[in-house]
Formats: sequence, C-alpha cells, structure tokens
Amino acid sequence: MTTPTRSASLRWLTPNRFGLSVLLIAAFAIIPFAGSDYLLDAVLTPFLALALAALGLNLLTGYAGQVSLGSAAYLAVGAYAAYNFNLRLHGLPFLASLVAAGFVAAAVGIVFGLPSLRLRGFYLAVSTLAAQFFVQWTLTKFGWFSNNNPSGVIDAPPLAVAGLSFSGPVGRYVFSLTVVVVATLLAIRLLRSQVGRNFIALRDHEVAAKVIGVPLLRTKLLAFGVSSFLIGVAGVLWAFAYLRTVEPAGFNLDRSFEILFIIIIGGLASIRGAFLGAAFIVVFPLLLSRFGAALLDNVFDSGVLEMSQRIVIGALIIGLLIAEPRGLIALVDRVADKIRRRLFRPQPGPIRS
Amino acid sequence: MSLVATAGGDALIVARARERATEASRVARETSRATDAVRVADAGVPVLTLQGISLSFGGVTALDGIDLAVAKGEIRAIIGPNGAGKSSLLNVVSGLYRPDRGVVQLGSERFRHVPTARLAAVGVARTFQNLALFKGLPVLDNVVMGLVHRRRAGFVRQILSTPQARREEAEARAAAEEAITFLHLDAVKHQLAGGLPYGILKRVELARALVARPQLLLLDEPLAGVTLAEKRELAAHLRNARDAYGTTIVLIEHDIGVVMGLSDRIAVLDYGRKIADGTPDEVRSCQAVIDAYLGVAHEGETELVI
Repeated sequence: MTTPTRSASLRWLTPNRFGLSVLLIAAFAIIPFAGSDYLLDAVLTPFLALALAALGLNLLTGYAGQVSLGSAAYLAVGAYAAYNFNLRLHGLPFLASLVAAGFVAAAVGIVFGLPSLRLRGFYLAVSTLAAQFFVQWTLTKFGWFSNNNPSGVIDAPPLAVAGLSFSGPVGRYVFSLTVVVVATLLAIRLLRSQVGRNFIALRDHEVAAKVIGVPLLRTKLLAFGVSSFLIGVAGVLWAFAYLRTVEPAGFNLDRSFEILFIIIIGGLASIRGAFLGAAFIVVFPLLLSRFGAALLDNVFDSGVLEMSQRIVIGALIIGLLIAEPRGLIALVDRVADKIRRRLFRPQPGPIRS
Repeated sequence: MSLVATAGGDALIVARARERATEASRVARETSRATDAVRVADAGVPVLTLQGISLSFGGVTALDGIDLAVAKGEIRAIIGPNGAGKSSLLNVVSGLYRPDRGVVQLGSERFRHVPTARLAAVGVARTFQNLALFKGLPVLDNVVMGLVHRRRAGFVRQILSTPQARREEAEARAAAEEAITFLHLDAVKHQLAGGLPYGILKRVELARALVARPQLLLLDEPLAGVTLAEKRELAAHLRNARDAYGTTIVLIEHDIGVVMGLSDRIAVLDYGRKIADGTPDEVRSCQAVIDAYLGVAHEGETELVI
C-alpha cells in the first residue's frame, strides 16, 4: 500500500498496478527458476493457454454478449494454421506464424459470427456449434492440414524465436507467459477504448446502441474477430508450448465447454476473472485427484476416482454460482474489500472493471 | 373510456369510435386553423414533419393518417390514453417501425423508413419509456456513448492510441462532463448505471441524449415513474436544454397534467388518430380531448350499472 507522502514520480503506482507488478515480477523472475518442471509443464503452461482462450471468449460473451460454443474450433484453427505456416513457409519467423495463425482464426471467427447479425442468445449459441463441428471435420477429412497424417495428428517443432531456443519446460513457459501478457495488455487497451464501450452497449441494450449510432454489424463482427484471434493464439500455445502433439479430436465440444465454464466460473466481463477461472479449472482437478488418491486409493480404482472427480467439480460449480453468480472474481473482490475495510479507514475506492 | 359500456356490443363500440374520430378530426382542423397564426409567427422551418403516417399491426390500426409539424425550438407534447399510438409514433420517427404509408421529414431529409443507424447522424436523439441505459458502464461512459456516431478512428487506431483517437476521446469526454454537470450528475458519474435509482437514471438517459446536442430530441414518457419533485426537476431540465441548446423536443406523456405547463403545443392522439393539436389552453378546452380522457356516453349507450 502507498502512503500519501510518496513522490510524484511514483504516483502512477496505484495499489492495483502494484499488485500486478509484483505478480509479473514473480511470474517472470522467480517462477522460472524456482518452479519444478511438473509445475511449469503440467500446470502453468496449460493455465496460460486456457486463460488466453478464456480471455478471448470473455471479450465476445462477457463483454459483447454474444454466446459462442465454438471456442475449441478457433483453438484448432490457430494450432493448425501456425503448424502449416511453419511447415510451408520456410524462413517465416515463428512469431510471424503465431500472429498469422491468429488472423486466420479471426477470419474463420468472423465467418461463423455472421449468424449473430440475425440470431441471439440460445439460437446463436447453437449456430456457433457449426464452427465446432465443421472445423473438426475439415481437419480430419483433409490430410493437407496435418501434412497427410492419417489421423490428423500434428507434431509441433521445437520452439525457437530469433535464434533463441524455448524448447525446455522453462522456455515454453516463459514464451507462453510473454505472449499472454502482451495479448492481455492489448485486450485491456481495446476494452478501455470506445470499441470496448460499444461491446458493452451491444450486450446491455442493442436497440439503444443502434439508435445512438453504434455500428452493430461492424461491432459484432469485430467482437467475433478479436475474440477468435485471441483464442487462435491460445491454440498455438496449446499445441506448440503445452501438448506439442495435437489431434483434431482434442479440440472437441468438451474443450469449448471447458472454456465457457472458465469464464462463467471466473466471472463474465472480467479479465481477471478469465485468469482466475482458468486457474480453477486447471488446478482444482489436480488437487482433487491428489486428495482422492491419497484418501481413497484403496477403496476405488482410478476410473471411479475420475468420475467422482467430475461429479465433485460439477457440484462445486453449481454451489459457487448459487453463492456468487458473478463468479469467483466477485467473491475475491468482496473478500479483498472486507480486508481493506478492516485494515484501513473506509474510503470510497475506484470502480474496478 | 372504460366508464361506459355499450348496450349493443362490439358493433356499437366501433360505431362510437368512428363517430368520435369524425368529431375529433373536425376539432383538430379547427384548432390547427386557429393556431396557424402562431406557427407563422414562429417562422421556423419544421424540424420534424409527418405526413399521413399510417401503421397497423396485423388487423390493429396503431396510427391512422397522422400529420404533424414541429417547429424549431418547440417543446411539443404528444398525449393520449394508453394504447393511443404515442409510442408507435415515436418508433416510426426513430425508424424502429416502418410505417405502412406516409413520409417522415427530418430537417431537409424525407424518409419512407427512417434509417435507425443514421438517426444520430441526422441530429435526432431519443430516450426510451423503460430506460435503455448500458448497465455495465459507469454513468460517464454511458454519456460518452451518446457521441459514438462522431467517432472516426477505427479499432486499430484506438488500440494504438493515435493522435486522432486521443483527440476524439478527449472531445467526447469533455462534452460528456459538460452534459453531466448540466444535469447535476457529477456525484454519481463514476458509478455503474446498473446500481442507481430510477429518477437518476432518467437524467442519465437524458444526458446521453443531450450530449450530442441533437436538433431533435424524442422523449418517451420522460416523466413517468418518478416522484413529483423529480418531475418538476426533470421538466426544468428539459426547458433549460431547450433554452441553452435550442433543442427541439417532442415528448410523449399519458398524464395530461404534467405536460400542460411544460409544452408549447400539444397534440392529442386517440385510437391512432390525431384528435387535437394546439396550445395547452386550446387542448384543455377541447371537447374531443375531454371525451377521450374521461369517456362519454353517446346515444345508444347506457351507463354501466353495477
């Protein structure tokens, strides 16, 4: 916390930014050295990829109010596009493949976003399923996308940017972290601009938005484009930094639901919520299986454990959403607010978004 | 209306309505003739002209040959009982409904169907009967949204924060701050619109409509659902807006009392027809208006005996 007597040069360092800086320093400077390979490889890297995908979906669903069930399709488009750019355009830097893959995903997202001009709510959600099935089918059906692998499996080449190798667990984590941080900062800038306000206006009152002159067509397609761009980049991370061997079946409807659950659990229309939700979805099953294995390994076999794990998670999600429909982030904010009030004198704080 | 019951059933109701409408159009012609002098004295080009606007939903006629001319700087109320077609008329002017017949003229542009997406660009702003604010945005941002049609910088420029994007943002913010101060909303400008009381939200919506300094402001029941004190305050704000910015205001009310002191002229609708159009005094003494509001027994009808 800051004191009123700090110098003018430190005035930009609000408590929020201070917390964010601490988090970033820890993520970049401490975790790569202190974290075990297991933590980096099996927890943090998938967390980062899923958080970015959730951020992308949150732009579309949380902010712009357009429900989508096709997130996994855009993950797949990103992954396969980057693979093909990398494979077929020799000498193209990997970062360029990554960005280009994002643009391909954005283009696909815009095409499948076209029904949003007519459809709303559940009907739109069902129509976005088309993306889900179409992309998966295309990637399996046409061998060109996977360089003629019979089952559509692609193997990611080792990660290297500008001659630097990012192929180890630490390297892949740092690479993912950097991409996610940059993408998140850009997303924050977008949301704080007029475009971000247009998204929320579209979600909260479409007729009023139209009457005051929000270009509905452009805004909706932009939401689909930006959202699937971010999800596409997340797909590149998922395929190149996390799994390294992916198949179309890995990008199925379950994955789309997983990303949707992340933003619902974490908190709709909240960037921090996307990260919190992703952490919950990645870490919670791990914790649960550890506990389950430790406590009940003698009683049940692993299959039963896995099933019961799903039931427990489902029940917890229902419980959480009844207790706090606005997601984990609202819960965290409330607790933080209480602590702040107890520690400091009550003072009106700025509204967080 | 509901005070009388017809003896002969539906046919008689229709007959009565037809009779009343004929009577009404006669009165409307008379009142408009009486006030022609006033209109000439205003010498303004009409900001809004409606010619023969008709609209029906299925078999139900919502608007039937409405003519209306609103002069610049005028506060014009459109009143009428529930279901008289007031909101439909406003939706026709803002392009949310397409009239079956008739022409809407806004300034110098004539439309068969007003393009809603261009409404703000031709200088028209409106509010809605049941508040149409963006609940997830702070009050200030809601008002900034009122200038969205002036934005030219695309989203890439906005992310990169180019000079053009920064200038547009600064201009919009300054204008919004001014509108917020004008409507005494400074205390709540950083709060989310979703959590504020109804009376304040009415003012926020007014601020969002006023921030672009529209030529024509359409208000759908701006005084409904607020306390008497808030009604007076809102009415004062409306008058101030007209005096300060020269905004022409067309407002809808079903409560005839509140608009009497506020409006320069009043048009009265009943069953989709204009039954009177004149100054508050003329309208107050018009028999057709009294009939429409209080109901009247004609021959062939008997008082409902309970």
